[in-house]
Amino acid sequence: MTPAPTDRAMTPAPTDPAMPPAVIELRGATKSYPGGVHALRGVDLRVAQGELVAIVGPSGSGKSTLLNLLGTLDRATSGEVRVAGYDVNRLSDAQLSALRARHIGFVFQHFHLAPGRSAQDNVADGLLYGGAGLRERRARARTALEEVGLGHRIDHLAHQLSGGEKQRVAIARALVGDPDLLLADEPTGALDTASGALVMNLIRQLHAAGTTVCVITHDNDIADSLPRRIRFRDGEIVDDSGPPGPSGSPAEHTDSPAEHTEEVPR
Amino acid sequence: MSGPALRPARLSPADILRTGASGLRTRRTRVVLSALGIAIGIATMVAVVGLSTSSRADLLARLDRLGTNLLTAEAGRNALGQDVKLPKSAVAMVERIGPVQHATATGAVDARVRRSDAVPEELASGVTVQAARPDLLDALNARVDQGSWLNPASERLPTVVLGSVAAERLGLTAPGAKILLNDRWYVVTGILAPIELVPTLDRTALVGYPSAERYLGFDGHPTTVFERSTDASVEAVQGVLARTVSPGDEGSVKVSRPSDALAAKAATDKGLTTLMLGLGAVALLVGGVGVANTMVISVLERRSEIGLRRALGATRGSIRIQFLTESLLLSALGGTAGAALGAIATFAFARTQGWIAVVPPWSLAGGLGATLVIGVVAGLYPAVRASRLHPTVALSAS
Repeated sequence: MTPAPTDRAMTPAPTDPAMPPAVIELRGATKSYPGGVHALRGVDLRVAQGELVAIVGPSGSGKSTLLNLLGTLDRATSGEVRVAGYDVNRLSDAQLSALRARHIGFVFQHFHLAPGRSAQDNVADGLLYGGAGLRERRARARTALEEVGLGHRIDHLAHQLSGGEKQRVAIARALVGDPDLLLADEPTGALDTASGALVMNLIRQLHAAGTTVCVITHDNDIADSLPRRIRFRDGEIVDDSGPPGPSGSPAEHTDSPAEHTEEVPR
Repeated sequence: MSGPALRPARLSPADILRTGASGLRTRRTRVVLSALGIAIGIATMVAVVGLSTSSRADLLARLDRLGTNLLTAEAGRNALGQDVKLPKSAVAMVERIGPVQHATATGAVDARVRRSDAVPEELASGVTVQAARPDLLDALNARVDQGSWLNPASERLPTVVLGSVAAERLGLTAPGAKILLNDRWYVVTGILAPIELVPTLDRTALVGYPSAERYLGFDGHPTTVFERSTDASVEAVQGVLARTVSPGDEGSVKVSRPSDALAAKAATDKGLTTLMLGLGAVALLVGGVGVANTMVISVLERRSEIGLRRALGATRGSIRIQFLTESLLLSALGGTAGAALGAIATFAFARTQGWIAVVPPWSLAGGLGATLVIGVVAGLYPAVRASRLHPTVALSAS
């Protein structure tokens, strides 16, 4: 079932041809569940390439539903959802899988690492469904781990790592495929303050290196530290600080955040 | 803006195996236990087939050694219920049948066997006396266990050779002793090894014709004629044997082929083998249910892993093949272990029986094939269930 885009769709952000292309575009996106629960009530949103966005709101505000739509794990009930330029409603389940494999990286609150496997293998799994061979996956995993400052933990098993390290492994796994969009769902939710700050630092560096990042959080302090904040309540955007001006956006896109490696504290 | 057409990448066979095995590596105890069910089933079936094949092979080897070309013609009773006597010329007449290579005879001697004169005459020893020709041993492929067989000299003297059971019944373990036949002392010159083709002779005391006629009142009429012919003509000889040994009274002569009894034994084992195979199949079925159960639980437990894999870009098909592969690996593990166990059991048991162990390759192939079928059948439902799991539901399970 693919509902047609609603006509009340409007362009939320200024469509300046000079602006970088959108990674996320939502037009009148709604999500309802049987029983009359409206998790999202007509959301319009545009996130451009290279942005770092906080999606913030209390639990039940619809931000997790939004994450599922942005991550193409779920489809909107109505409205249009475009991710990395693809109209999600027009893609089959298999095509959505390919979209996730190549264009979206996920970071979860609870890391979701395979406990008995090494950090390298966990990160290499981020490339498993993209078609790369084992040798290439391992080599790129090694590089990604070095990028998040875990070059010395490559052969450690996932359950031997600290919480902060686990989340950095998870970030490396999300990054290893060089995605257009990094979705982080409460990335510091299961960490102590120090590790959480470290993880946020890493995210900011990735952003500085050109990665588009959406951080979903209920933590206002974290949201306030990010350049753009989109506040949710009852399935609607109640406040969008908007994309920062040209001075606030990254001036240039570097292909890889590798040059920042040494800045990552261990 | 719209990117190029999206097509999910195919996992290489090696990656399919790796992902399928990843679930097994972290749950070893459960893997061993559920593979054990399959292993027991396969081991039972392989061992049953192996043992029945080995025992049959042994029997056939024995038959081969003993020959299937021996026929016996035994005097029975005529229509009036009287004992029939075969003519003294019976052996000579049988020898005149074209394909017959060898003919000999034994004749029942009405004599009582006693260990010594201290044993009362009324006490039955369970040993009968037969008069035999010196060529009997060759005709039956029998051999002497201890001492010596009758020869042209000793067949005239009061000497006796005992069958293996007869020696046991008389309490003799070595030749040299004297026993009483009727009231005549006979020297035991030899004890025979068991005669597989004609086990009735094991219970007899064999004496020479001349000696039997002279000391025991034997009338010289044979009661059983033994003959060997070429393999190809056994049936033809069987057709004329009764008529030849007792012309005009062939109805009272019983012709039989002793090797048939051994061959029949091979056939009767079949029923037991079928029953055991059935038991093995039940064990295998239970093992399969165990694998299915393990897989269903595995899918339930690993919802968040499934969600993660979907988020990383796994298609429903990749999830399905992962769990199917896991189930296949699980049962293949059990199947391989079972086939090995079954083969080892066959070799061990065959060794204790002195057989040559035979494990038919088709039983191994069949066992492994059955395992793979079980793996697919047991894994299909859990795999489909895993692949149908909605990614958001799977991820929220943690």
